[in-house]
Amino acid sequence: MPPESHPRSQKSWLDDWKDLAFRAALPFLAMLAALLIGAIVLAFLKVNPLTAYAAIVTGVFGSMSGFTQSLVKATPLLLVGLGICIAFRASMINIGAEGQIILGALGATAWSLAFRNWPGWILLPTTLIASFIAGAAWGFVPGFLKARFRVNEILSTVMMNAIALQLMNLLIRGPLIDQAGVTAGTYLAQSEKLPESVWLTRLIPQTLLHTGAILAVILAVVVYIFLWRTTIGFRIRAVGLNPDASRYAGVNVPAYQALSLTLAGGFAGLAGAVEVMGVHHRLLEGITSGYGFSGIVAALFGGLHPLGLIPASWLFGSLLVGADKMQRAVQVPSALIDTLLGLVVLFVVGSAYISQRWAARRAIAVSKAGKEAEA
Amino acid sequence: MTTPANLQKRIQRVEMCDIVKRFPGVLANNKVCIEVNAGEVLALLGENGAGKSTLMRQLYGLYRPDGGQILIDGQPQVFHSPADAIAAGIGMIHQHFMLVPTLTVAQNVALGLKSSREPQLDLERVSKRIQELAQAYGLKVDPEAYVWQLSVGEQQRVEIIKALYRGASIIILDEPTAVLTPQEVNDLFVTLKRMTQEGHGLVFISHKLHEVMAISDRIAVLRDGQMIGSRPAKGVTRDDLVKMMVGREVKPLAPQPLQTGPVCLGISGLRAMGDRGTEALRGVDLEIHASEIVGVAGVSGNGQRELAQCLAGLRKNTAGTIQLNGQDITQASLLERMAAGQSYIPEERMRDGAIREFSVQENLFLRDHAAPQYTNGIFLNFARMAARTREVIQQYSIKAPGGDTPIKNLSGGNIQKLIMARELSRQPKALIAAQPTRGVDIGATEYIHQRLLEQRANGTAILLISEDLDEIRTLSDRIAVMYEGQIIGIVARGEATVEQIGLMMAGIPLQETRAKASA
Repeated sequence: MPPESHPRSQKSWLDDWKDLAFRAALPFLAMLAALLIGAIVLAFLKVNPLTAYAAIVTGVFGSMSGFTQSLVKATPLLLVGLGICIAFRASMINIGAEGQIILGALGATAWSLAFRNWPGWILLPTTLIASFIAGAAWGFVPGFLKARFRVNEILSTVMMNAIALQLMNLLIRGPLIDQAGVTAGTYLAQSEKLPESVWLTRLIPQTLLHTGAILAVILAVVVYIFLWRTTIGFRIRAVGLNPDASRYAGVNVPAYQALSLTLAGGFAGLAGAVEVMGVHHRLLEGITSGYGFSGIVAALFGGLHPLGLIPASWLFGSLLVGADKMQRAVQVPSALIDTLLGLVVLFVVGSAYISQRWAARRAIAVSKAGKEAEA
Repeated sequence: MTTPANLQKRIQRVEMCDIVKRFPGVLANNKVCIEVNAGEVLALLGENGAGKSTLMRQLYGLYRPDGGQILIDGQPQVFHSPADAIAAGIGMIHQHFMLVPTLTVAQNVALGLKSSREPQLDLERVSKRIQELAQAYGLKVDPEAYVWQLSVGEQQRVEIIKALYRGASIIILDEPTAVLTPQEVNDLFVTLKRMTQEGHGLVFISHKLHEVMAISDRIAVLRDGQMIGSRPAKGVTRDDLVKMMVGREVKPLAPQPLQTGPVCLGISGLRAMGDRGTEALRGVDLEIHASEIVGVAGVSGNGQRELAQCLAGLRKNTAGTIQLNGQDITQASLLERMAAGQSYIPEERMRDGAIREFSVQENLFLRDHAAPQYTNGIFLNFARMAARTREVIQQYSIKAPGGDTPIKNLSGGNIQKLIMARELSRQPKALIAAQPTRGVDIGATEYIHQRLLEQRANGTAILLISEDLDEIRTLSDRIAVMYEGQIIGIVARGEATVEQIGLMMAGIPLQETRAKASA
């Protein structure tokens, strides 16, 4: 028996623990590294990095409004991220969340305005469902194209974003335009205010924090159960990890790929719905705030795990709010904020790679330990 | 002119002393010492993962040893890359050929070498030199032929020529017989003998005992990264070698003849296209009875893979029918075939048979996860699944820490046992087993063979597709030989010699051979 491997196999429980701790800490280390480089950039701009970063922290934790704002931003990130997560588990890369958010917002707006006379207890849930279906439809198109014609989903989802954007521009200047703006002659490109019965309840008065945040957390748990405890989730994960073996096991691989993109669209659609129903109370330009893209990053940050996404999206929401506050506090160009966020993304993705290598090394060690146990 | 200039500085002796090679968490070579002398064949024997290839890759400069020394004629050497090793006179023939199919033999040989009249090519000179080498070593090769036109055996000859052309004095052959027909193996052995006569030293990596015993002068056995011992090939028995390789005795199987039942799996006129768009199956007729193992032998690429896939339902056939117990399943889906009582052990274990990242339990239920006893509606019943997994791990003696271990941490043999467990626990009426023991260690192979025979005794009709002719000959009641998408002949157990089967694999029907023999 090789003497070198003895200590390793004996201390395997400790190794397991260290392994877990390391992997949990990795995103934070990545963020720290990004902030360090950001500090250098700030120093070049003759800004004290400590002041700048202090502004981030106080921006988020210094006031009730800052803190709740981070949760408000985390909500759509979490919803989008859940969809990204489902798609990614089936090995589908969904870049189309922006468009799917728009469709969800459009769906929620059109539905709630069309049936504004319905009682709230029925209008509110049906509005959410309508937004889910609208987003899902937008995800289904690339899913179907992938399943039937092997169209690359990255390209088709990106293109669907452009279509969604123009569709919204058309509708909020046409059929959905706020008649008040037309009468006033301003022709603002925004919809009429949604009926109050579909407004999501504010959890803390004087803040924007709404019940959508709770809904998102509940859905994260639902998605977790869906992916790991149901037959459909089992197949989605199998398809994502090994389409050949899944096909051999009798799974209709293209159908599950399409399903994953459809569900991803649905969740992004819900993100659009909570924005109109919880924050703006109407549909207006720029409704997505780029959540469709930052949601992808949040999903990666959360290890593409629904439960990991909950803290990850909050962290990202905080970063968005804090960066905004920092920009105002130390007067740096907004491009720097994007740079900082970009650095975080870069380091997080990089750390995912390190984490994989770490896991691979652990796996070899475990199999070696297993073989020793056999012997 | 048969003694080319660059062969004058022949290596007399290569020694590897106390070689240590570590991979993260694995000690691949633990103070291994071997030596190869000019004019001898050293066989390096051992199971998969014993460290044979790792050891030789260090000699060829692909890996750097973590400890120990490589000596050539007593001089310590450090190889930073294969280029260094080649310059020192070491050559390696890889299991997977490193040839460009769209180039000619001469172009392939010249590839990567300096031309004698840079920047122009000197292909005529190369061709001439190839012919000289071919003559000197009895290697039939046409320098102008395109590599894609060549058979596997011919391509291997090109690889050998390539090594010789580069002045290799010591040549490492990594499992060279894995892809050859028995006749091609014989041809290769003749070439190898010729090479040793010319003063080359050869290292022959293999896990096939009878080949090792036939060709080598000395046999070195590796197990778990350690040198177990080295024996002269003369006088060593198969049982000795197995014992050295596995660490215990393994008894050869001797299946008893059984009364076969009615036809269970009936294939008639089956045609199908291959991946390359050519017809891979050109009318296959085969009947497999209950309690019978029919082995399909053949050189790989003659339609065995496509046959297995058609039967499994993974490939559409263009003509013909497949019947299972009288029921036409030609158009049936995978799941329908499974429900009809057919199981399938796929050839590519890690690609089609299992999901690396999934746990033992998840892989065990890959095909049956939606069965009513393991689900509540759309929810998976983990308690029942876990209980069943524990049962199976025990029943099939799968060595795994637990049901939730990802299978990428298991050995190939244990993964194959897991797949066997999944496919056999359904109590199939018909079983398609494609390469069930490829890359599996002797212990697990023994176990899998026993399971297959058990299944046969239980009345299952088994189609065994394998490139290992020994396996086919041991287990099969009848042997069907495939050649160019057709069954060229079917022989009962013991009815044909290895040579006759080998000729059938090369496309010569049994009647012809027999006619010749009697004439």
